[in-house]
This record gives sequence, C-alpha cells and structure tokens, in this order.
Amino acid sequence: MSEQITQEVFEHLVELAALQLDPEQAEYLRRQLNNQLKAIHELEAIPLDEDIPISLHGVPYEESGSAKPREDEWIKYPDVKAILDQAPQIEDGYIVVPDIPHTELK
Amino acid sequence: MELCDLTALELTKMLRKKEVSAVEILQSSLDRIAKVDGRPGSLDHTTELTEEDKQKVHAFITRTDEIALIQAQEVDRKISAGEDPGLLAGVPFSVKDIFCVKDTCSTAASKILANFKAPYTATPVERMLQAGAVMVGKVNLDEFTYGSSNESSAFQPSPRNPWKTDRVPGGSSGGSAASVGAGEVPLSLGTDTAGSIRQPAAFCGVVGVKPTYGRVSRYGLIAFASSLDCPGPVARTVSDAAAMLQVIGGADPHDATASPLDMPDYLSTIEDGVKGMRIGLSPDYFRITYPDPKTGDLLSQPLPAEIENAVRSAAEKLAAMGAEIIEDVPMPNTRFGIPAYFVISRVEAASNLHRYDGVKYGLRTQQSFNDLNKMYRFTRNEGFGLQPKLRILMGMYVSAAQYSEQYYRRALRVRTLIRRDFEAVYDPRGKYRLDALLTPTTPTTAFEMAAVYGNSVLMQYADQLTVPANHAGIPGISLPAGFDASGLPIGIQLLGADFTESTLFRIGRAFEKATETESWRQVKPQVLQDF
Repeated sequence: MSEQITQEVFEHLVELAALQLDPEQAEYLRRQLNNQLKAIHELEAIPLDEDIPISLHGVPYEESGSAKPREDEWIKYPDVKAILDQAPQIEDGYIVVPDIPHTELK
Repeated sequence: MELCDLTALELTKMLRKKEVSAVEILQSSLDRIAKVDGRPGSLDHTTELTEEDKQKVHAFITRTDEIALIQAQEVDRKISAGEDPGLLAGVPFSVKDIFCVKDTCSTAASKILANFKAPYTATPVERMLQAGAVMVGKVNLDEFTYGSSNESSAFQPSPRNPWKTDRVPGGSSGGSAASVGAGEVPLSLGTDTAGSIRQPAAFCGVVGVKPTYGRVSRYGLIAFASSLDCPGPVARTVSDAAAMLQVIGGADPHDATASPLDMPDYLSTIEDGVKGMRIGLSPDYFRITYPDPKTGDLLSQPLPAEIENAVRSAAEKLAAMGAEIIEDVPMPNTRFGIPAYFVISRVEAASNLHRYDGVKYGLRTQQSFNDLNKMYRFTRNEGFGLQPKLRILMGMYVSAAQYSEQYYRRALRVRTLIRRDFEAVYDPRGKYRLDALLTPTTPTTAFEMAAVYGNSVLMQYADQLTVPANHAGIPGISLPAGFDASGLPIGIQLLGADFTESTLFRIGRAFEKATETESWRQVKPQVLQDF
C-alpha cells in the first residue's frame, strides 16, 4: 500500500497542529502515522448497515442515570490570583502574549 | 512483614484498635520507598542510568512527605479525640500524576506541565483525603497517559517492574501499579482509558479496577480521551479496591458525566460468593492480533498457553465454588477495539491538547517571538514529547472534513457494535444471561524495557483485551492469577454490565479465597527479596 500521509499532507497537518518539528522527529512521526493507518484500515473490513448509529459514549445517557444540568449561573472564582499566577507572563492583571498576526481571510 | 505490606483494611482496623498510629504507618511506607524506589523521575535526561538505578522501581515523580505527615497527625488526633477518622484512615496512597492536587506539581509526566501547580484538587483525591487516607506523592506515567509501558514519560528514569526490574511496569498507570506492587503504598489512584489501570496491574501482580464510565468523577483529571477516561483504584486485594472505589465513586456537581446513581455498599456483599452466577468464556479473547514487525500487516495467533491456562484454571475454581461457566460466548467485534481506538482516542486527544499553548499556564518557550503563532509552535514543540505529537497529528487527520466519514464516524459506529456485543451477553432475557465475562487481561506478560517502545502500533496492541470495555463503558477488574515460566505475573480480567462492580468484586474475592493457600501467593517481587 502506498503511503497515505505524503510529505505534503504531513506538512499541512503539522501546520494545523501548531507544531514545529525537526527533520528526525518528522520522519519518525510520518512513518508511525502511516503504520497506524494500516491498523485503522481493519475497520473497512466490517460490514456496517446504514442504520447502525454512532456511539459517542459507551454507557447510554438516560434521564435516570444522568446528572441534571445545573443552572447556568456565573460564580466568582474565589482566588483569581491563583489562576493568573499560572500564566508565563502577566502585567497589571492581564496575560501578555506576542503580537497576534493579522490575516486577510480569502 | 512490615506495616506497609499489610492491606489497607488491615491497617485501618489496627489503627482504630489503637495498635498502631497513622504516623507509624506512614513511616513504614516512607521507609519502603527509601529502600526500593531510587531517584524520582526528573527532566534531567543527561544522567546515565547506573546499575543501582536499574534495580530500583522509580515510581515517584513528586514526594509529599511533609504534607503526608500533617495528614497522618490529623488522623491520629481524630482517633485520640474519638472522632470518626474515615473509612481509609491512615492508609498511605499514591496518585498518578495526571490528577490535579492543589499546591503540588501536576505534570502529566510532560515537560509542558512540569511547572504547573494546580489551584484545585481533583474530586477522587479530595475524597480519599476526606476518608482519612494519606497521600505520599505523585507517581509517574506515560506522558499524558499515552502509552502502555511508562517509557514515554518526560520524567526519567521511568518506572520499572518490581517483579523484574528489566521489565516495564505497563502503563499508563505504571507508577501506580509499581508503587503498590513494591509495597510502597497499599493503594494508588490511577486512570484507565484503554486498559491503563488493568494492564499495569496485570504486569505488576496487583488488583486494578476500571469502574463503569461515570462511576468516578473526572473533575481534576487532566484529560486524554474524555469519552473513555475512567479514574479507578489500584490495590493489593479485591477488598481494598472495593473500599477505595466506595470512597472515590459517586455523583459530583463538578462533573456532569459523573453518574447520580446510588453507590452500593461493596464491602457488605463482597463475601457472598459466586454460587449461581453465570460466568462466560469467549474464544474471541483467546486469540491475539499484532503487527508484523517488517510489513506492518496484522497477524493473528492464539494467546500464549500460560495465560490461557491461567484463565481456564480460574474458571474451574469458580465452577467448583458454584458458578456456572458458559463456554463459546461470541464477542465478534473484540478485534476491532484497537483500530477504533486509534481513531476515537486520537480525535479526542488532539482536541484536548490544543489548550496547551504557552499562554495561560504551563511551559512557554524561552525563545522570543513577536508573532503569537510562532510562540505557539515552538512552545508545543519544546513541551510535548513524541507521543502527544503523534496523537495530535493522527487526530487531526482522521477528523478532517474529507476523511471524517471514512474514519471517525465509522469508528464511532464500530463502537456501537462493540457495545452491542456486551449488551447481548449480559441481557437477562438473552441467550447467555452472563453475570461476567472472564478473560485474560493482557496478550503477554511484562515485556522488556525498550523492546516495544518506538513501535506505536505494537505498543497499542498491548491493550487489545482491555480496550473493548472502555469503548462500551462497562466495568472491569484485573486480578493476579499466578506467574509465567519466567516468574512474571499473569493477570485475569472480569468484565461486567454497567454499574455491576459489586458483582465483579464478589467474583474477584471468591477467586482470592480459592487461591489464598497456593504457593504463588507467597512469592515476593524481586525488589523485596532482600527484606
């Protein structure tokens, strides 16, 4: 079977994934992705009737076995500083990041 | 035998009788850790492994000795004052470092979270502390739980198997299983997404429970695959595991997927035996699949005879105790568990990993950029190891608009088939009417360090007998069931219908009683043979 994830496809995925890979990593990862796809192709051997629904969860969510949604109320977090202190860079209570590039949408 | 070798329930009993103090129990646990654990995992990869390192367990990333002492003293104070100290009072436990614990490092074994100190505590940990248990530290795992050997941790040395230290402890809850197996703690809190509690429990000769999805809150658990992740106990006995699940389970207003169904009293029925129970054996769990090392093509072969014999021997013992063994139970979609998991877990992982961006918490690259996108990319490259990167890339590929129908939606429909396999055999009006399935836990015993790591497909197939339960959401338990010819533990697995943990505990406890006088129960792990 030819490689499904070509160099071109791989580079597009890396861009979407917001990664920056060195060549050695990239070669390993692309090879593993193609190997994994061989295993995933097993799924195509299964005859699936059109009426088989998808399962997003194993255990069905029935009313008796599910938590009731809580009221959508704003609750002040008791220790905002503890959250902000996690940020790599803050200034006057704001999280600081590099400039956000402006992109013209096509 | 030292205090740390006793079970959790034995320790709490002695504590309540004032035969021992919580501080003495803690000290026994800390002494054992000092003897067998060696240096903790760290981001320093420049230090060569010494021969001494290779004989140690290396379960821990972070030790919390000082906090543990305060917790133990509080238990002793409550006992002196005649207050209820809690079901697990004074019992030392370790926590897989994928759970947030306030004011401790919560790393997920990843460089990207190495400096992250959680501002809150995960519900299962909070409940253990409220029940009087004493947290001695955070234990190692595969990075973000992505693996079955613990070798992918950014914190090296990675844990080693206490039974043979040249073998992996399994994963991803390898630090949990190793710390319990080596007698460092009687209990550990792990997580199971494809078998990450049961597989290392089998490799390390301990009991591991994957509860029904929703039985235990995921609040404070750093997410991998949110529809599959289950926190659960690792213990040395079934009763200890049941007591721990009793403590950590139940509804949680912080987690909408935590079930509001009442928690049964597991310990009140655990000695009720198996008379009249119907326990199934399936030929689909006695064949294993693995990728050809050269071509990558998937091959199939029978399970190793030693492991199959362990399962069949367990069935005979349960039959002798009054259970009815049902042979040839069809579970035809078992073999599709891993291919479906390759898709579903990667899509969910990629989604969950997008939050790590160097902005709100965790690592930010030290390189200076005037472009946010570049900062994201360099931060994520420096912070993530190979396994998270692999999962992000695969998740993005199989969920892309042009491939979603072919891969993601198809995998979700296969998940339905896997679920239906279980529903059919547990249906009380069906042909099989099972109380539980009895299967092997793993296709092999613990493999050598470095033997599989790097081959992501082969590593994933280590979970082929455990992952169907995660797709279906059902509970499972792995029990020690003897050793192979090279002295490595063999695990057997019980799988039940939704929320039937009490049934699995009853069967597991019956099996323990049936084997408690067998010679293999007296064998000590390699790291304890000098004690």
